[in-house]
Amino acid sequence: MKTKILLAAATAGVMFAGSVLASTLDDVRARGKLNCIINTGLAGFAAPDDKGNWTGFDVDFCKAVAAATLGDASKVNYTTATGKTRFTKLAAGEGEILSRNTTWTFSRDVDLSQTFIGVSYYDGQGFMVPKALGVKSAKGLDGASVCIQTGTTTELNLAEFFAANNMKYNPVPIETNSEAQELYKAGRCDVYTTDASGLYATMSSFDNPSDHMVLPEIVSKEPLGPVVRHGDDQWADIVGWTLRAMMAGEELNITSANVKSLAGKDNKNKEINRLLGKDPLQGLSKLGLSADWAVQVISQVGNYAEVFEKNLGMSTPLKIARGANQLYRDGGLFYIPPIK
Amino acid sequence: MSLETYKPGSYPNLPPPLGTVGVSGWVRNNLFSSISNSLLTILSVTLLYYLIFGIVDWFLLDAVFDANSKIECRKINDGACWAVVSRRIGQFVYGFYPEAERWRIDITFYAMFFAFAPLLYPDVPKRKYLLWFSGIYPILAYLFINGGYFGLTKIEYSLFGGFMLTVIIGVTGIVCSLPIGILLALGRQSKLTVVRTLCVCFIEFMRGVPLITLLFVASSMLNYFMPPGTNFSILVRVIIMFTFFSAAYIAEVIRGGIQAIPKGQYEAADALGLNYWQKTRFITLPQAMKISIPGIVNTFIGLYKDTTLVVVIGLLDPLGIARASLADTKWNGLSIEVYIFVALFFFVSCLAMSRYSLWLENKLNTDHK
Amino acid sequence: MTYLHSIWRNEKSREIIIQIFVLLCIGWFLSWLISNVDANFKALGKDISFEFLFIPAGYDINQYLIDYNNRDSHLRAGIVGLLNTGLVAFFGIILATFLGVTIGIIRLSKNWLASKIAYWYVEFTRNVPILLHILLWHGIIINTLPHPKQAISFADVSFLSNRGFYIPKMLTENGIELVYLFVVIGIIFSILFMKYAKKKQDLTGAQYPVFWINLSVIFTLPLIAFFLSGMPISLEIPALKGFNFRGGMYMSPELAALTFALGIYTAAFIAEIVRAGILAVDKGQKEAAESIGLKPSKVMSLVILPQARRVIIPPLTSQYLNLTKNSSLAIAIGYMDLVATLGGISLNQTGREMETMVIVMLIYLSVSLSISALMNWYNNRVKLVGR
Repeated sequence: MKTKILLAAATAGVMFAGSVLASTLDDVRARGKLNCIINTGLAGFAAPDDKGNWTGFDVDFCKAVAAATLGDASKVNYTTATGKTRFTKLAAGEGEILSRNTTWTFSRDVDLSQTFIGVSYYDGQGFMVPKALGVKSAKGLDGASVCIQTGTTTELNLAEFFAANNMKYNPVPIETNSEAQELYKAGRCDVYTTDASGLYATMSSFDNPSDHMVLPEIVSKEPLGPVVRHGDDQWADIVGWTLRAMMAGEELNITSANVKSLAGKDNKNKEINRLLGKDPLQGLSKLGLSADWAVQVISQVGNYAEVFEKNLGMSTPLKIARGANQLYRDGGLFYIPPIK
Repeated sequence: MSLETYKPGSYPNLPPPLGTVGVSGWVRNNLFSSISNSLLTILSVTLLYYLIFGIVDWFLLDAVFDANSKIECRKINDGACWAVVSRRIGQFVYGFYPEAERWRIDITFYAMFFAFAPLLYPDVPKRKYLLWFSGIYPILAYLFINGGYFGLTKIEYSLFGGFMLTVIIGVTGIVCSLPIGILLALGRQSKLTVVRTLCVCFIEFMRGVPLITLLFVASSMLNYFMPPGTNFSILVRVIIMFTFFSAAYIAEVIRGGIQAIPKGQYEAADALGLNYWQKTRFITLPQAMKISIPGIVNTFIGLYKDTTLVVVIGLLDPLGIARASLADTKWNGLSIEVYIFVALFFFVSCLAMSRYSLWLENKLNTDHK
Repeated sequence: MTYLHSIWRNEKSREIIIQIFVLLCIGWFLSWLISNVDANFKALGKDISFEFLFIPAGYDINQYLIDYNNRDSHLRAGIVGLLNTGLVAFFGIILATFLGVTIGIIRLSKNWLASKIAYWYVEFTRNVPILLHILLWHGIIINTLPHPKQAISFADVSFLSNRGFYIPKMLTENGIELVYLFVVIGIIFSILFMKYAKKKQDLTGAQYPVFWINLSVIFTLPLIAFFLSGMPISLEIPALKGFNFRGGMYMSPELAALTFALGIYTAAFIAEIVRAGILAVDKGQKEAAESIGLKPSKVMSLVILPQARRVIIPPLTSQYLNLTKNSSLAIAIGYMDLVATLGGISLNQTGREMETMVIVMLIYLSVSLSISALMNWYNNRVKLVGR
């Protein structure tokens, strides 16, 4: 029996090795489509429109990777996941990227065998209350009913915050954002807590957004970013540099409108030339991408600023200010490694 | 006063006493036969009155059937806002299946009726030929919906959703679970201790745990039990779980049928010298199946309704689509409307199934009563 | 060769061969599964360990029957969840039985309108998935009940709002032991009296109003003790403080929605079972009972229902089991039952799907198996009595 198990394990091991050899990029190219795991529905980040097309910030990042690897931003299959199923879906190979406002934490990065490749959105857990409640600070929430979206780090942050301030609360844990929103609106909870971005998204969807406010306290750090499976460095680099290319696009003032003309001429700023494939970029061939990868990303999806404004910015119902999510030179946290 | 005389045999048939026939008689007999009965009637009438007036207004008279958003809906009228359904009906039916390819689903769906007709109605014309079609239908449907052959575009499973997903999971589960259920039932009645124990363990396990935990297993753990690197779609895993789950219930229903067969039948079969498989094929199963058909159909209805649970693991069945629609800023807050719409869909399809079961029950009943 | 052939032809030896073969197949299959799990876990760097059960859970639960706070372990969170499952199953079963039996009887009533309404009730509820029932009821409860500030008050001691139903909580003081003692005495007395009354009836046919006598004894005895020992019970009355009511006992809207949904859904099935059970009683029994002059209500309670019970109880138990298993859908509306605590948040926090799911499944499995065993015992007993 023992030898049999060993034998089975050995064959299994060989099969596993075999499956690793085919790189994620090859898989995607062979399929002609990128599989991307997204939220089941969160306004501004991922939600289907009436025609059934997914739109949002997280969705646009999937499109950007598809543009970089396949040259066509529309070649994406979206798979939806709840907070609970997202990591197992990624581990099970149902998608090459998990782009579902996921917080980067130590244990998720190290313990769960997945790789966070960067931060696409700096967030933090906040509280939303109706203005009529008359609360000005989260410290005044003693005894409140709190709606929580589960499957995240949210429950722990909440428990820690209330314990630290010697306050009691009545938790109402809910699986999806839309359900939690319903409860908050019906008055089942006094407070709704989740990442501040999610709060703004929720608030935007109310009939009278001005009747509600997000309290000033942000009780946690929530750097959100795309996640890939552990073990394929090439793929992690592709996804990571796609994100950085979008940010570099903003830094170098390359937009979807001017990217084609910039790519066609010799620019004074050589970094633009290297990013857009005019001048050679050392090591690009190791990523397995074509020279115009960044052109494809920015022309088909846009640079970071464009994507942000389109999905979350002041022109959208969400009206989220850039805040920490802008370039270092503008007072934000994005400091992009040089494209050299 | 006036005494009329009649010739013998010519006395006219008098009408029955007043209040025992006609509308008033019926009302008296069926609604006001006693005090408690009358109270019950009055109670029922009040209940119906409030129910109908409350619901009809909201449901139909004040409802808005087309608008661009919830806010527009509310401006037009204050009843139900069905616009969320009418604007997204495509998603509710087909999920995210590409619009240009939806005819494939339609054809497969209509063909399903032809495939099932000879199985469900024994006296359908040209049954023999249709049965052949039933046999190859599953393969055809798979190829047709999935694509990738004969110039049809390949459609990923992740795009499946809406009622189409319900029907796919439901029908596949139903079709696959019947044979497995029969085998399990036979195994449970088997003389072989090992086989019997195995079947009992399987059946009791599947019946003992909630379906939702099995779905969690399907979504997050089933891959651990497969050789590393294998990856089969979540849809397939979910269908496997549904199949096993309902197979266990069907096995119990059929076991009831087998146990209801008189012992003399087996003794007679033994006396004829039939072996085990002959006995099963010609004596046990035909009788057991006939008895257990209503139970089997009920199990199927249960399975079909339970497909809504896939929303918990993030698949976009009608309920999942409903929730995704609510996430859209335009339609936020219309949960009652979308839930009622989905509930009506299930009500109609399950009612059809249970009506079929009743019809079949009656048809079979006449045979031995 | 002929020797082998004869072994195969011998029924006994053939059975043994088949069983050994099946055993080997199963053994191979299980070892294959285990080796797969092993390989997968190695590749992912995971192991199987139940130590996480004893680390602090870190999250809070809004409804608990035993003390709990977020510093308690995952194990305790799981137990809180299990008790919550038991709680909702208990309420659900009571509601379902009451509604189901009533509707089942109305369904057979002579009143055409009432029986039609009962019929459509059954058709509507049982043909809509339970998950939708739960979501709809939850929506109705939280949307129609008022905010705590406008709570519906019952004599200023109980309050109904969309945060739940608050009732006073009994706090016991010294001297309560006497009341407990009298409760026990009352129960013992009623059991003895019931036996005595039955014996008397068997012998002489005289009937005592057993129910009313027992009820009054069980209530008055402790009440006397209560006053004798100086009223050792005080009430903690819920009061609106800040955002919510505080103090007292409380039933959350989630628990209420779940109870209603499970009760109403299961009642439809129970109604059908009751109807079938009543119809299964021989028509002559009813006619005989009517002919000896029993009132219709007595016919039902003394003649029909006792006989229908034997047919009703086995499927009824399986409905109770279904209700308990369906309560796991609590996760959809945020009621913290076993699946939502141990199989939900604990699973998310620790990432131990295998261990938590195994525990959750084993608990459900042992509950259903023990109830099935009890059922088999009951069936056999009823069979032995034989009527």
